[in-house]
Amino acid sequence: MENKTLKKIDLIFAGYTSTKYKVLEKTFQKTPDEIINEVLDSGLKGRGGAGFPTGLKWKFTKNQESDVKYVVCNADEGEPGTFKDREILERVPRKVFSGMAICGRAIGAKEGYLYLRGEYTYLVPSLLKEIEIFEEYSKQYNYGFKIFIRLGSGAYICGEESALFESMEGKRGEPRNKPPYPTVSGYNSKPTVINNVETFATVQVICKIGAQEYKKLGTTDSRGSKLFSVSGDTPIAGIHELELGMPLQEFVDEFGDGDTKAVQVGGASGHCVPRKQFNQTVIGFEGIPTGGSMMVFNSSRSMYNVLHDYLEFFTEESCGQCTPCRVGCQQLLKGIEAVKRGERPPSYLEDLKRLAQTMKIAAKCGLGQSVANPFNSIIDNFREEIIY
Amino acid sequence: MSKTDVLIKELVTKYGKNRNSLMPVLQGVVQSEKCLSEETLISIARELELSAAEVYGTASFYTFLDTVPRGKNIIRICKTITCHMKGKDEIILALENMLRIKVGETTHDKKFTLLTANCLGWCHKGPVMLVNNEVFPEINVQKSIEIIEKFSKETA
Amino acid sequence: MSKYLVNLKINNIPVSVEEGTTILDAAKQLNFKIPTLCNHPDLSIAGNCRVCVVEVKGQRLLAASCATPVSEGMEISTNSEKVRSSRKHVIELLLSEHNADCTKCYKNGNCELQELSNEYRVGDHLFLDLVRAKDKIVDISSPSIAKDDSKCIRCQRCVRTCDELQAVGALAVVHKGDHQKISTFLNKPLNEVVCTNCGQCINRCPTAALTERNYIEEVWNAINNPEIHVVVQTAPAVRVGLGEDLGLEPGHRVTGKMVAALKHLGFDSVLDTDFTADLTIMEEGTELLTRLKKALVDGEKVALPMMTSCSPGWIKFQEHIYPNLLENLSTCKSPQQMFGALAKTYYAQKKGLNPKNMISVSIMPCTAKKFECDRPEMRSSGFQDVDYVLTTRELARMIKQAGIDFEKLHDENYDSILGESTGAAVIFGATGGVMEAALRTAYEIVTGREVPFTNLNILPARGMQGVKEASVRINNVLPQWSFLEGVELNVAIAHGLANAKVLMDAVSAGTANYHFIEVMACPGGCIGGGGQPIPTSPEIRKKRADAIYSEDEHMTLRKSHENPEVQQIYKDFLHEPLGHKSHDLLHTHYKARKRY
Repeated sequence: MENKTLKKIDLIFAGYTSTKYKVLEKTFQKTPDEIINEVLDSGLKGRGGAGFPTGLKWKFTKNQESDVKYVVCNADEGEPGTFKDREILERVPRKVFSGMAICGRAIGAKEGYLYLRGEYTYLVPSLLKEIEIFEEYSKQYNYGFKIFIRLGSGAYICGEESALFESMEGKRGEPRNKPPYPTVSGYNSKPTVINNVETFATVQVICKIGAQEYKKLGTTDSRGSKLFSVSGDTPIAGIHELELGMPLQEFVDEFGDGDTKAVQVGGASGHCVPRKQFNQTVIGFEGIPTGGSMMVFNSSRSMYNVLHDYLEFFTEESCGQCTPCRVGCQQLLKGIEAVKRGERPPSYLEDLKRLAQTMKIAAKCGLGQSVANPFNSIIDNFREEIIY
Repeated sequence: MSKTDVLIKELVTKYGKNRNSLMPVLQGVVQSEKCLSEETLISIARELELSAAEVYGTASFYTFLDTVPRGKNIIRICKTITCHMKGKDEIILALENMLRIKVGETTHDKKFTLLTANCLGWCHKGPVMLVNNEVFPEINVQKSIEIIEKFSKETA
Repeated sequence: MSKYLVNLKINNIPVSVEEGTTILDAAKQLNFKIPTLCNHPDLSIAGNCRVCVVEVKGQRLLAASCATPVSEGMEISTNSEKVRSSRKHVIELLLSEHNADCTKCYKNGNCELQELSNEYRVGDHLFLDLVRAKDKIVDISSPSIAKDDSKCIRCQRCVRTCDELQAVGALAVVHKGDHQKISTFLNKPLNEVVCTNCGQCINRCPTAALTERNYIEEVWNAINNPEIHVVVQTAPAVRVGLGEDLGLEPGHRVTGKMVAALKHLGFDSVLDTDFTADLTIMEEGTELLTRLKKALVDGEKVALPMMTSCSPGWIKFQEHIYPNLLENLSTCKSPQQMFGALAKTYYAQKKGLNPKNMISVSIMPCTAKKFECDRPEMRSSGFQDVDYVLTTRELARMIKQAGIDFEKLHDENYDSILGESTGAAVIFGATGGVMEAALRTAYEIVTGREVPFTNLNILPARGMQGVKEASVRINNVLPQWSFLEGVELNVAIAHGLANAKVLMDAVSAGTANYHFIEVMACPGGCIGGGGQPIPTSPEIRKKRADAIYSEDEHMTLRKSHENPEVQQIYKDFLHEPLGHKSHDLLHTHYKARKRY
């Protein structure tokens, strides 16, 4: 394993001047294949958390034959503990729109949609202003790419890409069966690239500094840097851009309050790492991948409350269509309550862990599949806190 | 034609007479009316040629598309763990006392509805609350009361 | 272009299937049964119950076999340890939100969840009970359908049925997460929404969340009351469906046994809705010819195309969705209601019965008929014309309750009068049947010759295509019908309300050039009715339809106007089609209802 140390980076928010869409001018001199190769070469993986290679996604979509293709920016940031996308859209929206336009050029799409969570409605006026600037520019250089905003209305599951398309099509945000994947059949059943806000902003960075420069950062499995949303028991809560591949211990040393007992990596649907594992845990696709949420808990916190909060969240936010997730979440939540109250024996936690394991492999989408992450990691590491 | 019907027609004209427009139309109505009444849901179904049940099914999926009456101002307090750790319970209690309602209820004068919400995306600056579309991070009991008082005056 | 073959292995057995085949169907070809709940052959793929999951070698996630197409080189296990334990969990989870009062349940013994939990030996209550008390309050607002949310497992088959097959959209999935449920517009009771009572949702509900309102006890009470004369009528489609609920394979004709069973049960007269089906042809055929004459000769403005009115689900659909086309509906009551009106008048007179002391029961393949008999218009005899409607399923249950060994029964004949019928009436039970019966009679009335189809079988009207069209040129007409000389009569047939909607949109838009349209609310016509035995599928409906046509072929009389009892009733009682008496007893009107 490559040994990286914690390193603060400043790429995403840096260099945001009034130079408008200069990177586009430069990038659009390249052919679509050259653009895709640049993104492929950078090793960029999706910054929403799932980590699919961005260049590959673009390539698949480009290779689809279709008159209409779409670029969709997933700004339905709802994972508890994550707030970086809001910050990006507030501070550097131009980078996001640049990334979308570059994608549009690469895959042959004329329309881009920003699906913004309803909780961020207050961002709309400034985003619309930026879109106006973009469109003037786009017209001037004949790019023929338009960007629209679509709003969510308070449904975490719409961050799941196929649920997001359903929502854009005026339906309940229920994830679709896969295959087909969005690259083949996405919004309006057309080939669609859907990437996270940070991914598009990073594309702009890569196109600006070049893939060669970008991939110097990070490790073989986790190229580049990433924004971390740091919250909880930390004196320096906020957004921090860090090189990927760092050990969690170094993160805790930097961000903890000296009494850190656990870090929830990757938001509610991520893993809870206890103190004793800080040293062996690497933050990156070779270790624990994350959309960037780092919730820090000190020893005053009840991990029962933490888990209960997460399970309540999933129980409410499950779309409800598939059995493992709809009923499974309720059983996990009510199950730990029953154990806490002594209505079920501690051994019932083992039954629940097996259930979570089933959810992990049998649920229809990432929501149900990931509930086992916090559940099993918290039960395994903080069993006493759950029972007593 | 009622004011709402006019609004619905405008929204449908703006976004197009097809299913893809359902969300922006529902959102547009909620923006101005705070909630979706039976008549409104029916008008939307008729305009977009959908079944009423389908429109209701879609609206009820989304937390912000309320189909029960709401006050002129909707307060949503983030209840997720980090805001919990930073004391959202005290704020809820304070506002419940101030408004004399429980979470989920609307004041007698229909000025305020008090709700909780899942993560509002301000974990580093909790506790946070939304009043309508306005966000208020890093609040405490005192600040939250002042904010609501301000809204109360403006809604006189 | 032929699809190319994909090679894969299921449980180590190689198989080649067409590209696009699902894992579920590929496994079926190897005779591996994979359990399903949300999957249904009539509906789109949902992939949400997750009971059909299988393991694909090299994949971390299990695949929903109903929703996953095969791919080259796949190695699938349908019964690995992972699969078994996941499947068992899914069943246990479903049971935990299901009111499992199986012994008391109406669907006990015919419940897909029960069957699965038995197969997987789910005995110990592993998980916590999640059934909410308020969900146990059953919606019985509709006279046709009962909705019990505590039995619902959210497979959404009903929602897809209402939407995809029927284009009604009375049911929808509402809310999300732990509050998600199957409901109606603003959770209103079924009788306050656009529900047509067709009962297709019941046919596809795997549990007892949706069932027919049953009136078995009421009928037993009537039978057991010596003061009451109970007449029973049986619809055409019942005789080709009933056997399925009594241990026979689909496609059995059990007319004679059914009549025998009804007599054993104690009904005082066992009569046939087929009689009034024949009568319908006389009335409706005359109505069509009258409308055509008004349009072609008198230049009057009449509503054309004329549309059949036998199917009460279809009628309510029109009242809700196309009130602009109510004039196009034939004013003829359905055969059930014609029968009801005549039972307590003509039949009572002939038999010297006081209609006050009569109870009229009908056995129908239909749940909408339960609503129909309740309509205020349906009291032409001075009493409620039909008192109770039982579905095919309810009759089967009564036969079981009475301890009758159905298969060993000897065939018996219907009582007279109102028991005689023709093959034309029997085929009312299948889509296209009313059209075929009408053409057999109308063509002969107008030309004096039989319809120009081999053995009277009007094949273009038959089959399971959603919308069927046919044209019949009318030449060499009898003198009094000269206005029809050379006319090309255009007809169309639809079954399933989604198909009807296609026709109605064309009619509304003025792009359709039909004279006569037959619509049956249910897929396949009445043989696929909402009151027929469960399960249903295209194959089962095909078998029932084949049985219907074979029943027709075996009848001596195959044209409605040749029914001697029909001839008799016009002579003795009605005098002429569309006459005064007919108008009073056999015709009705419709009312516009709210769509929203």
